[in-house]
Amino acid sequence: MIVDSYRFLPRSFRPLYEGRGPFAGEEAAVWAPFEKRLAASRIALLTSAGLYLESSQPAFDTEREKGEPEWGDPSWRSIPANADRAEIGVAHLHIDDSDIRSDPEIALPARLLDQLVAERVVGSATPEHLSVMGYQDRSLEVWREKTAPELVARLRDQQADGLVLAPA
Amino acid sequence: MPVLARWIEAAGISTVVVTMMPAIAEERRAPRIVGVEFPFGHAFGMPGDKLMQRRVLELALRVLAGAAAFGTRVDVDIEWPVPLRDAYKAWQPKEPSPIVRKLLTISRPTISEASP
Repeated sequence: MIVDSYRFLPRSFRPLYEGRGPFAGEEAAVWAPFEKRLAASRIALLTSAGLYLESSQPAFDTEREKGEPEWGDPSWRSIPANADRAEIGVAHLHIDDSDIRSDPEIALPARLLDQLVAERVVGSATPEHLSVMGYQDRSLEVWREKTAPELVARLRDQQADGLVLAPA
Repeated sequence: MPVLARWIEAAGISTVVVTMMPAIAEERRAPRIVGVEFPFGHAFGMPGDKLMQRRVLELALRVLAGAAAFGTRVDVDIEWPVPLRDAYKAWQPKEPSPIVRKLLTISRPTISEASP
């Protein structure tokens, strides 16, 4: 079964995505072999659904985006693996967030990953997972210079062997 | 997100992208890809459906740990259990996003990239 990548996309949006090829300078293969057994590995999750902790973190800046429609907040948030789902907010103007609010696991399946750790399918989960807001400028300069290196540093701090990324 | 995966992979951490647009992740040269034919905002499936979420995450972990080569793509064989017309409407925000609003008000789109 081959997924139709455009099944849920408005038809007029399709040319914005299709046939554009890789970003400039991002054509070559990159490969970090996964060398351990999964049951001996530490796994992290990253969502681009704009999740944040309502009690202790600022929301992603949707107000600025409303004034500058081509701009997207390039910052990131760290979400503790054991965060209470009632604490999790969503700041993303490009999706209806009601399903994520009712079950954040559909964007960031931290409890499910913990369950797989308990079953010894996975060695361990990082204590924190990562959240970004996926609507971004195509230039991606801030992402390349700042956001991505910070995310890598955090993943290394948490000794992640592998990362599961999911866009909103 | 495929580009972010590339940068993290280049730093030595293996990645897999779970995405509704696996064809785009391939074009953008993501190292490992799991495709889902789900509405945007639902990468791991239906809210409350633990079995569906588990099928997606387990496949993602298998691809992460077991893919033999760059560009490996495996799609999840699950049909979204909501009629297309309803699901198509349900994922979209109640108000158009700022960029969509702008595109609707100008005659010649100048957007370079939109990402739900």
